[in-house]
This record gives sequence, structure tokens and C-alpha cells, in this order.
Amino acid sequence: MVDFAQPENAFKPGLPGAAEPACRVVPKYSDQGEREGDWLEISMGPQHPSTHGVFRMDLVLEGETVIRLKPVFGYLHRNHEKIAEQTTYLSSMPYTDRLDYFCSMTNNWAYALAVEKLAGLQVPERAEYIRIITAELTRLQNHACLMGFLMQDLGAMGTPLMYAFREREKILDLFEALSGARMMCNYMRFGGCRIDLPPGWLEQTRRLVADFPRFLDEFEALLTGNEIVMARLQGVGALSRELAINAGISGPMLRASGVNYDIRKVDQYGIYNRFEFRVPLGAHGDCYDRFMLRLLEMRESLRILEPALKDIPSGPIIDARAKLRNFKPRPGEAYGRIEAPKGELGFYLVSDGSANPYRYRVRPPSLINLTILEDLCLGQKVADVVIILGSVDIVLGEVDR
Amino acid sequence: MPGFGIIKGLKETARNFFGSYHDPGRFVTIQYPEEKREHHENYRSFPFLVYDGDPVKGLRCVSCKICEKECPPQCIYIVPEQDGSGKLLKFPRIFDIDVSVCMGCQICVEVCPFDSIKMDQEFEVSTADRFGGLILNRSKLAKSNEYYHQIRPAEATAVDAQLAAERERQQAKAAAAKSPAPAAAATREKKP
Ligand code: SF4
Ligand code: SF4
Repeated sequence: MVDFAQPENAFKPGLPGAAEPACRVVPKYSDQGEREGDWLEISMGPQHPSTHGVFRMDLVLEGETVIRLKPVFGYLHRNHEKIAEQTTYLSSMPYTDRLDYFCSMTNNWAYALAVEKLAGLQVPERAEYIRIITAELTRLQNHACLMGFLMQDLGAMGTPLMYAFREREKILDLFEALSGARMMCNYMRFGGCRIDLPPGWLEQTRRLVADFPRFLDEFEALLTGNEIVMARLQGVGALSRELAINAGISGPMLRASGVNYDIRKVDQYGIYNRFEFRVPLGAHGDCYDRFMLRLLEMRESLRILEPALKDIPSGPIIDARAKLRNFKPRPGEAYGRIEAPKGELGFYLVSDGSANPYRYRVRPPSLINLTILEDLCLGQKVADVVIILGSVDIVLGEVDR
Repeated sequence: MPGFGIIKGLKETARNFFGSYHDPGRFVTIQYPEEKREHHENYRSFPFLVYDGDPVKGLRCVSCKICEKECPPQCIYIVPEQDGSGKLLKFPRIFDIDVSVCMGCQICVEVCPFDSIKMDQEFEVSTADRFGGLILNRSKLAKSNEYYHQIRPAEATAVDAQLAAERERQQAKAAAAKSPAPAAAATREKKP
């Protein structure tokens, strides 16, 4: 390893007033003190097209091999947690949409779950069904997009991503008809949902769910047997079981390493215990497993959606005790967590009995899944760093908050 | 056989390419300025104030400032009207919404107890004026109940029925008390 405390290895600061160079050459010495060559320090991002937002990686390369990686983030920090402590419980709901802006429905759900625990609200049956349906639709569109973006990172410019976006568009149309907005849904409320399903929505969703396997088959034919995809993804960025557990990784990343841990099964929040679905597991923990696992998860989501759309009962959609104005839960603390498409999304709330939370904390899956990026990338080629980052599935809105 | 997977994938791409000429399921692009999507009734953009009858006197808003307090990015600014002696009236003298800050979250609509603020569906609001152009004042925000019916027929009808029921209840209460209507009820009933 490089000892950067050594003066000869220390990075020279740029000239005063000069811009930080994007790339720097550092001389490399052997143990005997002979000069052996150079290391290259490059700064990937924050405007790099592959970094999925404003995210920077400081890489040190030996030839093309990564020997050190430092993730740098915070460019999108907007003080979500402290703002939420200044405003009422309801007012933070639209801000949770902006955490992982691909999956606003699941973000709403996790926050609503935490507040419901705090205030002791009961969610009516119909609202639980609506929540499951919207959450699984969110999972479908998140995974479809992720696979598209991963292919984009591989160099399959546009085609798979556009196919994924075509399907996502249909799901976003459904969200718009339901909640009024395509991405910033702000749909769930403490103790239920905001408005009932519009007429014809269930039929439209049933049609979409019936059509979706066609897209999955197409995607599978397009990509999974493709030799280039296999060559680029298999064996790259392998994550061991032990490291995954120790680092607190969750979601598809964890399951791709072969750990059977799905909060839908473990916690059985909502009414997930009424549905039959399997939890796909990976064997190698490499990028290909992570990719395939998401494809399989989409098929399982469809298996949840079909009975949910069939059995949804009529009835109220919000707990009659839920209050919109002047909502003050009793003092206490609560942690609500769900299996968001990217992993375990949790909200920790402490209430002191006033209208705003005393403490509001988000456990973002993207950030915690990102912490092992260096371990995944060491010894890999610099071109693979892009793919590994893509397969982790991060959204910077959630990492930086 | 190596290479077979790629050929299989290319077949899929070719099917999509030719399908985009004749398969209606694949006609997904909309030529935006010429062609516009139909909005669903629930679609929302920015808030507006509903009035019945007169655009100034008929505003339903009683300037209670609940929406101002609840708005997450704090983009509503309200100053109530005062009469000669400095007493606050139930009417907004200034009602501004900065739509460059507003995130269209609909919280103000939900918390308003008087059904006076609703979500619009107008989304082409861009302007070249950076500072003043995106601050909507009371006269720009005021839109008639007919317009509300036009964009959200089902919701507006339900709101009208609810308001009528509320009015009847108030009238019954006033009649039962056999006394002049209390001041609060009188100001609230400025609708035709
Ligand atoms: S829609 Fe949301 S952000 Fe806009 S004015 Fe209403 S409460 Fe404020
Ligand atoms: S719009 Fe509604 S909530 Fe806001 S001040 Fe007027 S009456 Fe009160």
C-alpha cells in the first residue's frame, strides 16, 4: 500500500490560485528507495457522466489498476434531517420524496410507517393494499431503470435504457393518475393514503402487470445471454458474504452475496405476509449476480402484484383518528423500516410531544451500500469502477440528503 | 456458441426498430409543443385561489394563515386586510406565492379548512423575468369556481356539495338560536 505520509508520496498542492488538476502524477518508489515508475491520481467526477449524479471518486491508479479509491460526496447536501426537525410531521412528507427520487412511494411509506408507530395509528385494509401495489410498481420501475443505466455504463449506449424508460413511463403515468405527480408523489399519509384510486386505475394497472413479462423477456433476450455483458460483469466487483454483513449492506446488494435477508419477509410490515413470493439469492456476489437478481426480483414483484390487484377490498383509505392539522404524537421514539428497492430504508423519529420531531434521522440504503465501494474496486481496472458503481445502485439525493 | 447471445439481442433490437413503424404499442414519443398529453384529473402543478362571483370580494380565503404555516418551503406570504380601526378582517390584502420556490406538493390544499386554495393544472409558466415574474400575487392567483369545475369536475362538485351542506348547517344553527347570526358565520358566508 502507498504510505501517503511519506514526503515523497505526498501530493503537492497546486500553485496558489490555480485550479485543482483533475489528474496528477505521483512517483513510485520500491522498498529499496529506487524509483520504479509512477502512480496516477485522478479525480473521477463530480461531472463524470457515469457517476449517477454529482459524486466524485479520487482514484490512485497503477497502470490501469485501482490501488486506492476515496469516495467524495456531499455535493447534493440540503440539510433534510435538520429541516425536518424544524417543520411539522406532515411538512416533511414531500421532502422524503426527494431522498431517492426514483422511488418516492417507498420513501413515503417508510416515513409514514415510522410516524404510525409513534402515534399508534392503524392503517385500513384498502390502504395497505394500495401501499403494496404502489411499492411494488416502484420496485419494477427502479430495477428496470437501474439495469438500463448499468448497460449505459457498459457502453450499450441508449438502447436498453430507452427500453427501460419506455416501461417506466407507463408506471409513472399510473402514479400521475393516482397522486397528481409523476415522481414527487407525496401520496401516503399517516394512517393511510391521501386519496382513493381514480376510476379505471386498477384495470390499467392490471393491464400493465399482464404486459410487463413481455418486457422482461425482451430484456432478458437482449442482454442476459450477451457475451459482452457476461465478459464485462462476471467476476467483477465481487462482494463476500462476510463483508456484506459486517458493513451493513442491505437490499439486492446483500442478497446477491447469498444472504437471505429481505425485510418484507423478516419484518412482514404492512400485509406482506399474505403474499407468496420468493427471495432470489446470488451465489458469487459479483456484478452479474446483482444484475440478474434484480431481474428475478421484478418477476417476484409481479407475483405480488397479481393477487394484490385481484383481492383489493373496498373501504376507507385512512384511519379516522389521523389528523392533518395540529398533529402531535405522544412523546416517544420509533423506527420504521421497509425494504425499499435499494435496500433497508429506515426513519428514526424522536417525539417530545410537540408538532415537530425532536430528532429525525434517515437510514439511507444508498449511502451505506456505497461505503464498501473501495473494497469492491481495489485491484480492478479503472473501466470496471464505473460498472461496479452502477451495480451498487445509488441515488445521490439519498446519499447526501 | 460464442456470439449467439449477441445475435439474439440484435434480433430483439431489430424487432423494436421495425415495430416502431407499425406497432401502436411502440408509438411512445409525443411531439411536445405541437402535440400535448391529456392531463388526468388528479394532475397538479401550482396552487390557485378559488373565488365565487367577484374576483376580489368573492375569494373564499379567510386569511387564516394555516397554509402559510404548513407550507414546507415557506413560499406563501399572507397579510390580512384591516379595517379603519386596525381590526383584522377575514380577507387577504396580500396573498403571494413564489412559484420558483413552490414544489407543488399540495400540502396547502390539504390543510386549508375553507376549500379556498386548490391545485392548478397550468404547467407552462416559464418567464424571462427572473425576480418578479414568478411571484404570483392575489389577482394572478384568483381563478373562478367555474375554472375549477373545468379542470377537476369530480372534485369540484364534491367540494361544492360539502360547502352547501356546511352553509345549511350554519343557517339552521342561526335559525335555532333565533338571534342575529354570529359575526363569524356572517363573514364566512359571503358566497352568493
Ligand atoms: S403546493 Fe406546497 S410548496 Fe406550493 S404553496 Fe402549496 S404547500 Fe407550499
Ligand atoms: S388559503 Fe385557506 S388555509 Fe390559506 S389562509 Fe386562506 S383560508 Fe387559510
